[in-house]
Amino acid sequence: MKLLKSVLLSAALVSTVALSGLAQADEQFIPLLSYRVGPYAAGGSGFYGGIIDYFNLVNAKGGMNGVKLTWEECETEYNASRGIECYERLKQAKGGASLVDPLSTGIAYGILDRVAEDKIPMTMLGYGRSDAANGKVFPYIFPLITSYWNQAAAMTKYLGDKSGGMDKLKGKKIVYLYHDSAFGKEPLPVLEAQAKQYGFDLVKIPVAHPGNEQQSQWLQIRQANPDYVILWGWGVMNAVAIKTAQRNGFPREKMLGVWWAGSEEDTIPAGDAAKGYSSMTFNTPGNYPVLDEIRSKIYANGNGNLADKTRIGSVYHMRGVTAGMLWVEAILKAQEKYGKGKQMTGEQIRWGFENLNVDDARQKALGAFGMFPPVKTSCDDHEGSGAVKVQQWNGSKWVAITPNWMVGDKALTRSLLEESSNKYAAEKKITPACLK
Amino acid sequence: MFYREAGQFKSSYAADNQIFPLRQDRIAMVVLLALAFFVVPLIASAYTFSAILIPFLIFSLAALGLNILTGYAGQLSLGSAAFMAVGAFASYNFVLRVPGIPLLLAFVLGGLCAAIVGIAFGLPSLRIRGFYLAAATLATQFFVVWCLTKVQWFSNYSSSGVITAQEMIIFGVSFTTPVKKYLLTLSIVCVLALLAKNMVRSNVGRSWMAVRDMDVAAEVIGFRPMRTKLLAFAVSSFYCGVAGALYAYAYLGTVEPDAYNLDLSFRILFMIIIGGVGSILGSFLGSAFIILLPIFLNMIAHGLSLPTSVASNLELMVFGGLIIFFLIVEPHGLARLWQIAKEKLRLWPFPY
Repeated sequence: MKLLKSVLLSAALVSTVALSGLAQADEQFIPLLSYRVGPYAAGGSGFYGGIIDYFNLVNAKGGMNGVKLTWEECETEYNASRGIECYERLKQAKGGASLVDPLSTGIAYGILDRVAEDKIPMTMLGYGRSDAANGKVFPYIFPLITSYWNQAAAMTKYLGDKSGGMDKLKGKKIVYLYHDSAFGKEPLPVLEAQAKQYGFDLVKIPVAHPGNEQQSQWLQIRQANPDYVILWGWGVMNAVAIKTAQRNGFPREKMLGVWWAGSEEDTIPAGDAAKGYSSMTFNTPGNYPVLDEIRSKIYANGNGNLADKTRIGSVYHMRGVTAGMLWVEAILKAQEKYGKGKQMTGEQIRWGFENLNVDDARQKALGAFGMFPPVKTSCDDHEGSGAVKVQQWNGSKWVAITPNWMVGDKALTRSLLEESSNKYAAEKKITPACLK
Repeated sequence: MFYREAGQFKSSYAADNQIFPLRQDRIAMVVLLALAFFVVPLIASAYTFSAILIPFLIFSLAALGLNILTGYAGQLSLGSAAFMAVGAFASYNFVLRVPGIPLLLAFVLGGLCAAIVGIAFGLPSLRIRGFYLAAATLATQFFVVWCLTKVQWFSNYSSSGVITAQEMIIFGVSFTTPVKKYLLTLSIVCVLALLAKNMVRSNVGRSWMAVRDMDVAAEVIGFRPMRTKLLAFAVSSFYCGVAGALYAYAYLGTVEPDAYNLDLSFRILFMIIIGGVGSILGSFLGSAFIILLPIFLNMIAHGLSLPTSVASNLELMVFGGLIIFFLIVEPHGLARLWQIAKEKLRLWPFPY
């Protein structure tokens, strides 16, 4: 009891101290629900490292119209319970959180209702509920750039193009090898609808978490002898899948991974087995002026967040820089409407996210032309793009093999999105409407 | 001196059978409950409620459930999270599919569903015990999560298999604020903890402990091992099921089956090992240790403004070190430490 009491007391004390931090007019606070330990540490450290590097760069260049970014990290260990604790701890710190992005489906689901209540926008770059793109039902949720459903549609399109036209998919066999969780099940409605539409045979093979044993699955795949394998994996599952494919003599050229199965952390451990393996991405691999700037202005002064400098520009790092860039753009957009050089509230930043327009010209100005597809959001479309590329591992680095951004069957994903989000609205008794 | 029982005489069976035979304990308990029910809601922040107190109470309840099974009845189980999942998904489906069902009834029914599953998966305990039983209960863990993922009906055909808990409305009162959620959770936990305490003091509890200590002897003196073991599984699963429903409704709001993974089962098992196996108080202490200490360490590391990557790893190391330290100092858990402290206080200032 004594221990319990002292723990409770000190926790309460710390939280009140944290809450009493005075709001400062020229600072914009962003809590980072990051994870740097646990099974997904590689992804977390790269992603949040990229975000912090970009924040440092923005601050080094004078902030956003003079408003400096401040942030605080809280370790979630990719655990939903810890993530919620972090969110609750930081949501009111330093004048209030501007936005959140936990990079975890579990945590995102856990705080989905809370962010709407607290009026803090949540971005989910390339993960989470695909139907959250409907801003009438989810005003505070932004699955920016692209969602799982649009990715799945783009995958089918890419495989169709590769076989010489969508009609050539008829009679083909595609294995969907997926992480048996919400993450892995998310694209099923799209893939099933498309299987019906184009007449290909979809074989669904689940892999139990964490996925480091896939012998029986690949045996099944060898028996089915499919034309393609879609690998919808995360973490350790990816490298194991690539290696097991090699052991079973399945050509990696026929494997197409989800964008969480397409980083250096997935292919390097697989060694030469990964050569020829391709995956989806919403970043074009390569070097950009903004990354050079990060190298020269941040890392040269010893302020870099990554311990290993060679990870600058790696897939997760670049994804983090992209996230940071879109966040800053949304805050700048909000400042245009609500007053430049002022601290923005969560509600105002929500408006900024809903009216984002990062086109080619803006990307050029940011030194990130072509790093991610142009993003233009609206109340109807919180995703803003839906475009992706396919990249291939050449043995030492990723290379984009589709030169242009490509989009799958958006009409299909839109109709699924409407149906699913309206069901959510009915369950939660939400009247769909655009916020001003 | 302050904890003297001299002069406290018991003149009736009822007085002799009280949960807290000492006046000091009774007063302490009343003060604690009064604090929890009346003072804490007034002074604590929303963060304290929704991030610390509510999960602490919910995990205490789950640990209580496992403690009944493992601590009192001696049946090692690794399926606690699965029973929580059954409780959560069953409650969700009752609320969804039975219009106008009272929420508390849905929780109870969810707990009962978990109890049924618990009985079904407790059947191997009639033949095997110890580590072998633990391995058998692992099957529950995998089967339930697999089943909830596989059968879309359970999650109302949501595309990703995630359920969104409905709003909590009891007798027309909507439990939306953290304070209300806390009070609801606290009430349920108090009622169930009281029930558990009485159960383990009664004939039922004695039969569990007899089976735990030596099941052959228990059978010889007339306890029916089958009934006893299955009852323990049912009661334990009921507690875990209610905890799971609260986890979904009062804490997370939206749950995917994966949230109830093996890792959670292990955490609940660690709670009772650290807190004290075979002790009601131990469930609460263990839950506090496992849930609150990492958060506390994280805050300290943050207060010292360590680099986050160092802080995260340091937090795990300190936490692991403390577990080892506690188990070396007191292998019977924190509850035993408390008991020793009480004995010392009783004798103080004369160390006989």
